[in-house]
Amino acid sequence: MKYAYYPGCSLKSSGRAYEESFLAVCKILGLEMEELDNWNCCGATSFMSIEQGPAYTCSVRNLALAEKKNMDLVAPCGGCYGVLLKADHYYADYPAVRNSVDKGLAAEGLQYRRQIQIRHPMELLTHDPGLKAIRSLVKRPLKGLRVASYYGCRFLRPVAPFDDMRHPQTMDSLMKTVGARIADYASRGRCCGGALAGSIPKMAQELTYRLIKDAQKAEADVIVTGCPLCQFNLDAFQDEIIASHPDVKPIPVFFFTQLLGLALGAEPEELGIQRLIVPGIKILQEKGILGDKKADEKKVPVAAGAQNG
Amino acid sequence: MATLEREIRFESDRDPEFAAQIRRMPGCENLNRCIQCATCSGICPLSTYMDMTPRRVIQLARDGFKADVLNCNTIWLCASCYQCQVECPKEIGITDVMYALKCKAIEAGIKPKQAAPQTLYREFYNLGTKNGRISEGALMVNTVIKTQPARFWSLKMLGLRLLRTGRFGWKIERMPQQSVLKAAIQATPPINGKESS
Repeated sequence: MKYAYYPGCSLKSSGRAYEESFLAVCKILGLEMEELDNWNCCGATSFMSIEQGPAYTCSVRNLALAEKKNMDLVAPCGGCYGVLLKADHYYADYPAVRNSVDKGLAAEGLQYRRQIQIRHPMELLTHDPGLKAIRSLVKRPLKGLRVASYYGCRFLRPVAPFDDMRHPQTMDSLMKTVGARIADYASRGRCCGGALAGSIPKMAQELTYRLIKDAQKAEADVIVTGCPLCQFNLDAFQDEIIASHPDVKPIPVFFFTQLLGLALGAEPEELGIQRLIVPGIKILQEKGILGDKKADEKKVPVAAGAQNG
Repeated sequence: MATLEREIRFESDRDPEFAAQIRRMPGCENLNRCIQCATCSGICPLSTYMDMTPRRVIQLARDGFKADVLNCNTIWLCASCYQCQVECPKEIGITDVMYALKCKAIEAGIKPKQAAPQTLYREFYNLGTKNGRISEGALMVNTVIKTQPARFWSLKMLGLRLLRTGRFGWKIERMPQQSVLKAAIQATPPINGKESS
């Protein structure tokens, strides 16, 4: 089965590692992703705050393109996923939205009948290959790695199509399937600050500080997320956060697809692990999940010397 | 003796048509159900920074106190996490009300005292509707220069790291065919809660 892959803008730049790792995981699991031709920005929280007619047209246009191809749309970015899902619901529920969008799409000869599903990798991987299939392909179990699953807002609110709004489990089940230990992470559904990280960083950083503090209280080694904005906010500003809150320590923030890919045997470079701002390799080596390259190199001459002697 | 800083509002300050327009926006139809329980203010992770709590914004909006709600910083601090919306016992689309009020503030040409969030949204909207895609590098640089010029240089270390890790680029992202999106946007009637639309 083929899926219409909707990368969104972040997966082409700040969230490149998410695209790399997601596509690598799909390849291993035999899921075929075809990037949607001529897709456009979903609008995020910005379009909706400026002009709501164009905001809904821009969102629904992508759904109509996927429907024309008769494929379900896969949106890995949490922001895109939430915005597209909401647009789909509001298109159905509000005649004012439907009227505006239909007229907008008609200009391009498009229409939307709500015949496709909007899917997120978290749920797609859980259901389509299934946890059993994933378990059977594990090459490098994440043994001993304690993971805090951070869901943030968009998979849970305003609608939670595949999980419990207050006690989400999907990402935890995936991580458990590949051998990780699950941290009891209280802040899993709290806000990362979203776009405020770019406009009023002080406020956003107070929120991300709490998320990091709670993860460390739950004794997590790493945080995993399924949204490039959450990942960016949690990863990129740790220097500034620690400078104002010395009670927290640096913690690597992975895309959940990076850890999945690693467990399924892909190499760190294929999964963009080198792109994290807070480096993630060290903890994986400490836990024995990845071999220590430097130590391996050091060992080689000794072994060679022993052979020669 | 301490003085109470409080302004009394009168019937003549109200604009009932404004309240009706908000109620006609998508997701805002339950506005009048509010029982002022303040669950929204309690759960909002940003309410401590707001000049009016979400509860107060809801009350003033439904009573039609247009000037108050369009000039408060609350609407621009809302990060759209939807916690208030899902916890509201009366199922009011509070986040949607915040979106509607932001649009009305833009329509009225109001520049908030704390301008950065509106500036970011505008930059994003302009880039996104013009090119069809967001160039994150351009968005970040433009927003920081316009809203936090003093921070620009302190961000150079992060900028270098993002460049080194390939997460930040100068390339302007565009849809292969931008004209179709432009045509669709132009053909879209506005959604502004006005009866004629």
